[in-house]
Parts: sequence; structure tokens; C-alpha cells
Amino acid sequence: MSEVAGRRHQISLPQWATLPVVVGGFIVMAWIIIGLTVPLWAPYDPTMLAGRRFVPPGAEHWLGTDALGRDVFTRTLYGVRHSLPIAAAVIASAVVIGCTLGAIAGFVGGIVDEAIMRLVDVTLSFPAILLAMAVTAALGPGLANAAIAMIIVWWPIYARLMRAQVLAVREREHVEAAIASGATPSRVLFKHILPLCWSPIIVNATMDFGQVILLAASLSFIGLGAVPPTPEWGQMISDGALHFYRWWIAAGPGIAILTIVLGFNFLGDGLRDYLDPRSP
Amino acid sequence: MREPLLEVRDLKVAFRSHGRAEFQAVCGINLDVERGQMHAVVGESGSGKSVTMLAIMGLLSPSARVSGSVRLEGEELIGKPERAMRRIRGARIGYIFQDPMSALNPLLTIGDQIAEAIRLHDRKITRRSAQERAVELLRLVAIPMAEQRALQYPHEFSGGMRQRVVIAMSMANEPSLLIADEPTTALDVTIQAQIMELLERLRAEKGVGIVLVTHDLGVVAGAASAVTIMYAGRVVEQGSVDEVFAWPRHPYTRGLLGSLPHPGRPKPRLDAIPGAPPPITMRPSGCAFHPRCAFAVERCLTEIPPLRSVGPSLSACHRAEELPPLTSAMEAANADR
Repeated sequence: MSEVAGRRHQISLPQWATLPVVVGGFIVMAWIIIGLTVPLWAPYDPTMLAGRRFVPPGAEHWLGTDALGRDVFTRTLYGVRHSLPIAAAVIASAVVIGCTLGAIAGFVGGIVDEAIMRLVDVTLSFPAILLAMAVTAALGPGLANAAIAMIIVWWPIYARLMRAQVLAVREREHVEAAIASGATPSRVLFKHILPLCWSPIIVNATMDFGQVILLAASLSFIGLGAVPPTPEWGQMISDGALHFYRWWIAAGPGIAILTIVLGFNFLGDGLRDYLDPRSP
Repeated sequence: MREPLLEVRDLKVAFRSHGRAEFQAVCGINLDVERGQMHAVVGESGSGKSVTMLAIMGLLSPSARVSGSVRLEGEELIGKPERAMRRIRGARIGYIFQDPMSALNPLLTIGDQIAEAIRLHDRKITRRSAQERAVELLRLVAIPMAEQRALQYPHEFSGGMRQRVVIAMSMANEPSLLIADEPTTALDVTIQAQIMELLERLRAEKGVGIVLVTHDLGVVAGAASAVTIMYAGRVVEQGSVDEVFAWPRHPYTRGLLGSLPHPGRPKPRLDAIPGAPPPITMRPSGCAFHPRCAFAVERCLTEIPPLRSVGPSLSACHRAEELPPLTSAMEAANADR
């Protein structure tokens, strides 16, 4: 017993709990908690005037006030209430649409595969921001329309991923074995192929969370996403850009975007190491 | 004579490759398997063994052109609609794959996996009784602590144990025919013997007919009663194991037997068959074996030898009658038992 106690204490973490996962998970969790609870403890109202205009950061206003006298810190915290739900909705829809079409393409093959994959090629051949801009411009500005645009931009990525996974998994011998024991095609697909396809989808979806938040902010920045006075990060940075020497107006949302994107990237990277041992 | 369990007549399989010529992977083979018999099909890689087995199961891709006749208990399988074939696969023909490491779904427990094979063909069975039957099957294939093992995942099983699971799955619906496609190739020699013992026991106890695809003649000598030797998509020799091993009537069979190690009579080198089997795109004229054959004459280059009775066996060699009996090979193979 004494020998054990004498040794250096070793904390045994679960296998998935690597440093990036812990750091990334912590950042993301923190933002989620902020998003859920901020109305309970925020110092000011995000859309109401909180003081004089252009107050620099200080004890009263931690990140200063903007051109209308609203508290930048409060608005930054409230911003996550727009960014995260939008990202979640976009990723969820893109995964559902993309994976369904990708699985159909990979499993059915032939002309169906060709049709779906050419549509994917066409969609992916547009630069993402340009396509999103064009769609939002056509639908009219607003966060909901921006979300629709981003779904249109994102689903082909998941269609491709899913198709590649299905093609790889269907060649495995246990699939052949299932067919040889008399399984129907739908059973083969749902029981023996799809359950083995999820890990890259999960990893990619986590990483894309950050990317979607970035693109949403970009659309808002150019005036195609959130409309004022919504406290949306891209929109706030766009405000800040008008008053370039009042650096604090853009600093809050900038740091927010930086941390949340970084958090999701860390989380995604760590998940990939855990779920997909083949990749470096 | 009784109606054979499996009767393959003039089975041909051709593949069309992107607008180019059609390639004949299997050029008309016959194969009979009786109930409770183990029939070995032997040949090098690319000789058409596996394609033949997949054709019997109706598992070839639609690009393959299959003709001839495959009868299971008198019922023609070639040209049967896919739905009807699904009811035969797994229920009346069990299939054992070569590599037990990849033949099991890694995300399902062993018990669920076997239970699924049962439920595919018996819609009315309850989940519970399917599970019980799965445990029973694990006992049949001599897996200790079957109840606990049924709750484990494939990665918790060793290769030999997994192959037992695969065999249990293939036996789930008490098929009358088992096709074992190189069931021991991926396993250690000691485990090989155990698996062969298990198959032998299933044959004797359950009366299941087994087609054993292999390239291990030692295994053939130990377990099978009939043997078919394939080369380049054709049967070159067919007969009872005893006859064929004692007096092989085809130079290829003699080559295969000659390349076995002879215990007790050490040789510095084993006799290898020179050359390699021809690829499907360039099959030689006449007898496909002639470029590698020590007995080849002018006639072998032009005329495809038909499979014909030579003594008690069937041989496809123009010079079959001139080949003397062989004794040492049989001894060697027997020593492998």
C-alpha cells in the first residue's frame, strides 16, 4: 500500500480526453452556458442604450460602448444566442440532407449516383461565400434566409463524405456475409452499412460548426445576415469597422468568434483522433 | 441413385469489361455434392473457385453473365428472382467466408448477429427465443461460456473463435448445404485443425453437405471424400479423394501433390510447378495448362481436352492414360491428418 502511495499520483483519464478535446470542450461548453443563462446575469440590455457613446473599456463597460451607447460586452455575450442555434440548425439540416442523398448515391449507384454527384459537383464549384451571398441576396437579408443559404452551401460536403463512406463500408466482408445470409437491401444498408459510416460525419460536423459561425458572421458583416439591432457578431464587427479607431467595438465580437471557432476546431480534431485512428 | 443435394451442370460465368471482349471466368463446370458429403474444390488463385461458389449463391454482380444449371435439392437456382434467392441464402445454403476477422459486423454483439441471421428467415420467432437459439448455436460450435460470449463484440474474440461464430451463423437455419470458401486460410495451423474438426463434426452429426474451397491439399486429404481440381476456369480432374491422390490422372494434380512436403523423406527443395496460372485476359490456346506442363505435346496447344473418364476418376488431359500411379504423395498428404 505504501509503495503505491509513494509513487507519483497518476490521474487516469478516459481515452478520448486529450488536451485539445478538453480545452475545446471547455470553450464550447462555456459558450453554451453563456448562451443559455446570459439574460439572467448580463449587466445591461443588449439593444438598449447603456451609457454614453464610444466609452472606452473600463470598469463600467468592460468592453466599452458602441456608436449608439450600447454595452459591447453584453452584446457580445448575447451574440452567441444567434450564432450557435443558427450553426446547429445549418449543420443538422446539411447533415440530414447530405447524408440521405450521399447514402442513396453510394448504395444505389448507377444513374442515381451520377445525378446526385453531378449536382454536388456543381454546387461545390461555386465559392461558398459567393453562393451564400447570391442565395441570401435572392431571398432577402435576414438570419433565417442566411441559414437557408448556408444549408445549400453545406449539404454537398456531407453528401460526398457519406457516399465515400458507404462505398468503402459496403465492400467489407461482413456486408457480403449479411447478403449471403439472406438480408434484404434495406436491412443491409441500415444495419450493416450506415452504423459504420458516422465517425467522419461527426468529426466533420464538429469542425464545420466553427466554419458555419464564421460564414454567418461574414454574411452579417456584408449586411446579408442579421439585421440591426440584433446583437450578431458579424453585424457588430461591421459597425466597428465604421469607427475604426474605436477598436473595442469590433474587439468583443472578434474575440468571441476566434474562441468559439477555435473551440470547435480543437474538439473536432480531438474527436478525429479518437474516432478515426487511420488519419494522422 | 439418390438425387444429389447440389447438382451443378455446365456452369459458365463470363464478365464483360468496359466494352472490350467478354472474359470467361468459369468455362462450363459440373459438380455434384451428396447430403452429408464433403466435396473439396481445389485450385490456385484465379482458377474460378470463388466465382463458381458466388454463382451458386447468386451473389455475382449483374455484369456477370451466368449460364448453365445449378440445382439445389432438384430446384433450379439460375435465373431465380432475387427475392426468391434471398429466401434460399442463409436458410438452405450457408456460406462461410474466408476471413473471420472481417466477416462479422463490429457494432453488433455476437448473440445479436446470430439472432439476426435466424430472424431473417423466421419472422415469427421472438427476440428472446432467437437469442436463446444463438446461445445454443454457440454451444454447437464449441464456444465455452456461450451465454456470456453471446453478449460480447467481435473484437473480443480471437480469429479461431470468430470463425466458429461465422460457422454458427451459417448453421443458424440448419441449411442442407454449407459453402466454406477457404475457411482456414486466415487462421493458424493449430486452429485450422480445430475448425476442420468442427466442420467434419457438423457434416457427420447434422448431415449437411459441404463444399470446401481450399488450396490446401493436406486439408482435402484429411476431411473431404470427393475432390474437384480446377485450373483456369475448368475442371481438370474430379473423383474420390482416395483415387485422385493415389493415382492423379492430370499433370496439374500431380504437380500440386508433388509440391507438398514429404515427411520422413526430406528433399532439399520441393517440386514446384514452373510458371504461374494464366491471367483471365490471356488464356493459352488448347489446354490452358500446356505452357507449364512437362507432358505437353503438339496436340495440347490446339485442342482443348474434354473431361472424360480415366480409370475411376474424371480427367481433362490428352495423355491421362500414360500417367503412372503415385504413392508418395498420398503418404505425404495422409501424414498431414
